[in-house]
Amino acid sequence: MAALPWIAALLAGTLFGLGLSVAQMIDPAKVINFLDLFGTWDPSLALVMFGGLVVNAIMTPLILKRKRPILAEHFRLPTKIEIDARLIIGGIIFGIGWGLAGYCPGPIITSISFINMDILTVLLAFIVGTAATRWVLSKVS
Amino acid sequence: MEIINFTPISSLIGGGLIGLAAAFLLVAKGRIAGISGIAGGIIYPENKGDMAWRIAFVAGLILGGLIYQWSNIGVGVEHIQAMASTPTLIVAGLLVGIGTQIGTGCTSGHGICGLARRSPRSLVATLSFMGSALVTVFIVRHLVGG
Repeated sequence: MAALPWIAALLAGTLFGLGLSVAQMIDPAKVINFLDLFGTWDPSLALVMFGGLVVNAIMTPLILKRKRPILAEHFRLPTKIEIDARLIIGGIIFGIGWGLAGYCPGPIITSISFINMDILTVLLAFIVGTAATRWVLSKVS
Repeated sequence: MEIINFTPISSLIGGGLIGLAAAFLLVAKGRIAGISGIAGGIIYPENKGDMAWRIAFVAGLILGGLIYQWSNIGVGVEHIQAMASTPTLIVAGLLVGIGTQIGTGCTSGHGICGLARRSPRSLVATLSFMGSALVTVFIVRHLVGG
């Protein structure tokens, strides 16, 4: 069944997008109020992360006891362990962008489901930033 | 500090769904549900043979949003508005794209999947983007915006 892996990916993506929507992470006002610790603080997104983390922290070790995934040859986990400047600089740059508009990558994509000019603007800028950075990184490494 | 609009139940349910989605992708495909990495592999592919599942996952992210709207659960999307001007949205989108590719991950890959695997790299990345996002909102709302 060649179609099974991508049907599984579609299902996983759908659950993820539904989760982002139910959690209202697709509402930048809610995200920015979460980040506004010293103003009008909305703690909700801490519980989104907590919920996702608990479910994942329980299930991931159980899943990794398997020799291989159900629909692929092997698990593809990040192998790098060293903490370098690149990791921190990238995180800081991403955080500035996230704080400026309240959009991280998941909500940018799920928001295509009710696209308007503002969402299209963020989406295109995200695509350009991603493509340009991957191009540069592929040249230097 | 003033606490507003706290929605603990829908946040926990939404977070739980995200966790389930990530666990399902791992057990089925052996992959980490990091959105910036999955999308990056479509936007600027390194391996063309690795595209189908990525496109299916991204299509699912949009489908999940549509199902939310069709099913009338939750508060809907009609009230949602961008919180920034067009130039700021452009800068923000660029920085999110650049930063997640340099730092190899975002809120999902580092923040949820990485922390669940107790990855020290993901902890450092999460503290970096959380910290800079908090500082950015503080500057924009309380120093510049006043």
